[in-house]
Amino acid sequence: METLKTLGEIVNEYKGETLNITADTTFEDLGFDSLDKVDLMMQVEEKFGVTLGDDVAVATVGELAAKIDELK
Amino acid sequence: MDSILKGKTVVVTGAVRGIGQAIASLCAQKGANIAVPYIGPDPTPALTEYRSYGVKAEAYECNVADFGATKTVCDKILADFGGVEALVNNAGITADKLILRMTEEDFDKVIAVNLKGAFNMTKHLTQNFMRQRSGAIVNISSVVGLMGNAGQANYAASKAGLIGMTKTVARELSSRGVTCNAVAPGFIDTAMTAALTAEQQDAIKRQIPLGTIGQAQDVARAVVFFLENRYVTGETIKVDGGMYI
Repeated sequence: METLKTLGEIVNEYKGETLNITADTTFEDLGFDSLDKVDLMMQVEEKFGVTLGDDVAVATVGELAAKIDELK
Repeated sequence: MDSILKGKTVVVTGAVRGIGQAIASLCAQKGANIAVPYIGPDPTPALTEYRSYGVKAEAYECNVADFGATKTVCDKILADFGGVEALVNNAGITADKLILRMTEEDFDKVIAVNLKGAFNMTKHLTQNFMRQRSGAIVNISSVVGLMGNAGQANYAASKAGLIGMTKTVARELSSRGVTCNAVAPGFIDTAMTAALTAEQQDAIKRQIPLGTIGQAQDVARAVVFFLENRYVTGETIKVDGGMYI
């Protein structure tokens, strides 16, 4: 849950908005294109000290949080 | 009409003399603030000239070939100027020899400054350009990168490499309103060409349809064209008097 909360903060800062980010929020919902995803992944890697790569297959913020927890 | 460069910040690497100084000077005349990563000559005379146009101008000692040092300098420029709207990768060196004599070090050091240096600067400013959804990058290539030149395998490779990088960055960042273009000068009147003998200069002029060696200002005008025009990307302009048609 903590990971999801932090991810929500990162996404909101990136978007410059205060969105209600849940585990089911998709990157498509967020209007992310491939560049946004790479940019976000780089920030996530730095924040959590994990290596995700550019083509990590996650569609939702919850899936990304699970992936980070798995790698931590 | 004011230039869109007015009040913007332009980073021009190596703008302490020659072509780089002409580029930064023209940008300053159009009202742009100037940041100059440099090594070598004292930057004071160039900075004094830029400031005479009423803009902010600062120099940062930094070898563009050094990935870590360029990151530090780009972060400092962003903090000092509050943002960067344009990057001109101008810094370059030569180490001319026929390939028969060229050493590994000759090759590596020219690639490191001319090609990797442009990568380093572009890399460290890309997030800034993406986030602000605008930006202009101009890489100073060379006509030698298009046509080759005996004695310059390293330099020609670096300058041809810049054109490939230019086209790629143009494709990658176009969705964020960031343009990336290249200018390929021919023989330009700088300290480098002034060191040639009259006979050598005559031999060069015979290869140039327009019959004269170019001026640094001619290159600067092509760079400013790219900085001011927001609908051209992935392009290379030769400023060579028709030397390579």
